[in-house]
Amino acid sequence: MEKIVYQKSKGLTDAELHYCPGCTHGTIHKLVAESLEELGLVGTTVGIAPVGCSVFAYNYFACDMQEAAHGRAPAVATGIKRTHPELTVFTYQGDGDLAAIGTAEIVHSAMRGEKITTIFVNNAIYGMTGGQMAPTTLVGQKATTAPYGRQQDHYGSPIRMCELLSTIDGTAYAERVTVTDIPNLMKAKRAIKKAFTLQQQGAGFTFVEVLSTCPTNWGMTPLKAIDWLKNNMIPYFPLGVYADRTEEAK
Amino acid sequence: MAARVTFDRDRCKGCELCISVCPKHIVSIDEANTNRKGYHPAHVKDMDQCTGCASCARICPDSIITVYREVK
Repeated sequence: MEKIVYQKSKGLTDAELHYCPGCTHGTIHKLVAESLEELGLVGTTVGIAPVGCSVFAYNYFACDMQEAAHGRAPAVATGIKRTHPELTVFTYQGDGDLAAIGTAEIVHSAMRGEKITTIFVNNAIYGMTGGQMAPTTLVGQKATTAPYGRQQDHYGSPIRMCELLSTIDGTAYAERVTVTDIPNLMKAKRAIKKAFTLQQQGAGFTFVEVLSTCPTNWGMTPLKAIDWLKNNMIPYFPLGVYADRTEEAK
Repeated sequence: MAARVTFDRDRCKGCELCISVCPKHIVSIDEANTNRKGYHPAHVKDMDQCTGCASCARICPDSIITVYREVK
């Protein structure tokens, strides 16, 4: 007898993703959806969609979704979680949304120890608006607004959000992962699942940063983009757990 | 162990991420065909070698791969 061993998660709708070929947003969407499905949370979860490439995330997740103004997803999530503490609430944000215009919202949500989960997709560039330099763009990396590459003396060094948020006591859990290959993908899923599990247990703010590719705006094929991420992003944004203030960690 | 994978061909964007993670190297791009989106989709020529590990399906950003395995 034949059995299905893997199929599209029930945490995703049947909508076709609008993302470019090889964009890892789709893979990360799937990890979030699978985690919610496996924890039995799809029916009791509200996700907050950002502004950026993943602005249409509300069409793709099978749970309830709410769109927020640019960068303000953690503020909207705060309102929803405080009104409905029984629900699982997450934000799904890119680096332009979370690390630029929304820096105040994410830092203060962490400071207040909001019992929400943030999935932070860091691809080191503004994707939707056409490849402009982001706060996370690496030194030397080309962008449409930095045609000769980011210059450190002019624009500073890229911001490391996982490290920054891990210094805040309200952050219960912060981990940086990636989805470049199957072992990393499985680690990423474990991190996302752990964040949702901790939220169920009433821990504070939980944060998972996922290093992602942007083949279109980086100007390379999806496979070259995966290599570029491994060779350039991981050395500057090291993977690992940055904060774990849960009881089991102590 | 008999296993197989199916691709929802018309949703494939030909990104080749599935090709990069297949331990048996049996996934390739079907250059002879073009799908509804205008891409050459991924396919498997030698399905007998498939172990049903689901690596291709797990990484597929568009979730178009379904994996089946024979069970006793």
